[in-house]
Amino acid sequence: MPENNKPQQAKKIDLAVKSALWLGPLKSQAKASSQKGSQPGSQLGKMQQPKGQLVDVLVARGRIVSVAPVGSLDVHAAKEIDARGLLLLPSLTDVHTHLREPGQEYKEDIASGLCAAAFGGFSNLLCMANTRPVNDTASVTEFMLEQARKSWPDGPRLFPIGALTKGLRGEELAPMADLKAAGCMAFSNDGRPVASTELFRRAMEYCQDLGRVVIDHCEDPWLAPAAGVNEGEVSSRLGLAGQPDIAEAIQAARDVLLAEYLGAPIHLAHISCEKSVAIIRMAKARGVDVTAETCPHYLTLTEDEVAGYSSSAKVNPPLRPRSDVEALLDALADGTIDMLATDHAPHAAHEKEVEFDAAPCGISGLDTALATSWELVRAGKLPFGAFLRAWTTAPCQRFGLPVNTFAPGDPADFLLFDQDATWVVDPQTMKSKGKNTPLLGRTLRGRVVAHFLAGKSIV
Amino acid sequence: MQWKHKDLLDISQLSADEVRHVLATAAYFREINSRPVKKVPTLKGRSVVLFFAEPSTRTKTSFDMAGKRLSADTFALAKSGSSLTKGETLKDTALTLQAMNPDGIVIRHGSSGAAQFLAERLECSVINAGDGRHAHPTQALLDALTLSRRWGGDFAGKTVLILGDIAHSRVARSNVLLLNLLGANVRLCGPRTLLPPRLDTWPVTVFSEVAKAAQGVDAVMCLRLQLERQQAGLLPDLREYARTFGLSPRHMALAAPGCCVLHPGPINRGVEIDSGLADSAESLILEQVENGVAVRMALLYLYLTRKSPDAAQSGIPV
Repeated sequence: MPENNKPQQAKKIDLAVKSALWLGPLKSQAKASSQKGSQPGSQLGKMQQPKGQLVDVLVARGRIVSVAPVGSLDVHAAKEIDARGLLLLPSLTDVHTHLREPGQEYKEDIASGLCAAAFGGFSNLLCMANTRPVNDTASVTEFMLEQARKSWPDGPRLFPIGALTKGLRGEELAPMADLKAAGCMAFSNDGRPVASTELFRRAMEYCQDLGRVVIDHCEDPWLAPAAGVNEGEVSSRLGLAGQPDIAEAIQAARDVLLAEYLGAPIHLAHISCEKSVAIIRMAKARGVDVTAETCPHYLTLTEDEVAGYSSSAKVNPPLRPRSDVEALLDALADGTIDMLATDHAPHAAHEKEVEFDAAPCGISGLDTALATSWELVRAGKLPFGAFLRAWTTAPCQRFGLPVNTFAPGDPADFLLFDQDATWVVDPQTMKSKGKNTPLLGRTLRGRVVAHFLAGKSIV
Repeated sequence: MQWKHKDLLDISQLSADEVRHVLATAAYFREINSRPVKKVPTLKGRSVVLFFAEPSTRTKTSFDMAGKRLSADTFALAKSGSSLTKGETLKDTALTLQAMNPDGIVIRHGSSGAAQFLAERLECSVINAGDGRHAHPTQALLDALTLSRRWGGDFAGKTVLILGDIAHSRVARSNVLLLNLLGANVRLCGPRTLLPPRLDTWPVTVFSEVAKAAQGVDAVMCLRLQLERQQAGLLPDLREYARTFGLSPRHMALAAPGCCVLHPGPINRGVEIDSGLADSAESLILEQVENGVAVRMALLYLYLTRKSPDAAQSGIPV
């Protein structure tokens, strides 16, 4: 290791973060430790949080120079941070958010959404196209990117998702080559899934030519669309029209069959139930180019949240029974579900404070996603390696985004995380304009203390 | 018994003792309703808003009459004449009504949970007169009063069949809870398309054939079939429904001796119930209506006087 460090020490170091706790393998040690089978990602079933080690992180020109055991590097940095007691994590990537701008800035705007992302631990954000107007023309994409540059010039980075069809109407393809040129990183009809399988097929083909992945919100258009509550014990008791889990699984099956037939990639958004997991598992075994995400709320909450007609727990797809939660955790741990995303869906308080039937679907997630998903790692329900994969490498690889694996040359996007800090989810302190979360008033553990993006402090 | 509840949202809030207390109080008001002069000063000076955001004739009239017989002032607010049709939210309607300081609000609303939504925001008592598919506790209580009178107050070991469109029925949901609470066995029967999901989690036995379901039962509750279920693709047509799930005298022949028939009304003659059966001696449909006024008098009395220190001790002032 000293040999390795010599050339690095010759560089001008802009930032040194000292004595942070790192739970993963060091890049120079990765090979050795994987031979021993002790790499965190391979600890399925063990379910114990790795003990980790204290490290120093060196950054120059926005990139990682070195991560090494504490004190092993003798450097003089322009800026030094004492990170004792704090956990080192790479910044997270969220491939599924709704930032509402243009058109519904009272729910959220790009500035407030990026603020929630910065404080929530996210460096890369993909935002859905169901704005007003819809992001189906290059000028809308350019506007979004301009709003991001103006409000948060040093990031978090915004990557718009273009509409798959004009106006999300599911009738004609959107001009996706234009949208790609303007900066769209993926395409989706999220919010208004394409009902016509023929049109969806053509959209997948067209996207494949562009080298872009189609993201599908799997929901049968006729089986109780957007009910916001699972069809099951709770909906039956409350007298609410619920949506059965097969509404998602049927469409997931359609999508993976199309992907296999076409040899085209597909990404399945916010998977919520065991039946969809089984379909994805089968498709992956057949070599289909499918990836899938789930959200922290599907891993931590059940349909019981709706029991008091709580519209803050009304979300599409709906929260499911405990057995689905368990299946999703297993699927995320074993890689059947590749990644996590928030499906951050902010709404104004007055929109949610209505009869359950009348409330819009959606949970505001950027403020709470890291703490709630970290709680799964702490509880031994999600291996640390799977956590890292789900929030960093898997989404970045799938959508072609910069990712920090703490290897030399990686973008210096990382967090210092106080995993023991407790805080109450409070509308006053949430950064998102959307306070619509069933977690309101609950105490969470784990806060971002500092967030560096390309080596610059943004929090 | 000092009444401790602010609101009546669903039967699940009540204990068996509380239900018996409601029924006993209602029996008392039934007696008043048989007098030549049916008005008592019990709730003089109290005001009750009847907020019916869904069409209703009998329940609204029943509450109106109940309030007036107790000398309360009742104020009716219908959806067509209210600001709800002008885009006002339920919250704002509720706060507006609250600002007028009523002692109670009776709400009928098409959304499940609407009564609870109101109750969480208002200081006055909220009585649920039917919210979506969720609950209709006053209907269940009047049904219980009707059966209680028929059975001499003893529900233990009795079996009640609820027949028809269970999925969309708040009457069925509240009755399942109440009949179980009082110790009766509950059977449900209806086409699969009109049954709610996960009935395995309900305290009921489910049948798909009326002839089997009716075997040995002590009472049958028929539910109104909303005609729009056909358009929604849940039924082929009313003729077939009437033939397969309508209650007929041949089913009554399979039931226990003395089996009675109930219906929350309004009835579709010849659809969910044979027309002659509705008018027969077994039919308690009109007694249900009569008991409805008494039960609602009892509920208005209990909920609106719960804070009066002497209410429990001094009995019902007449």
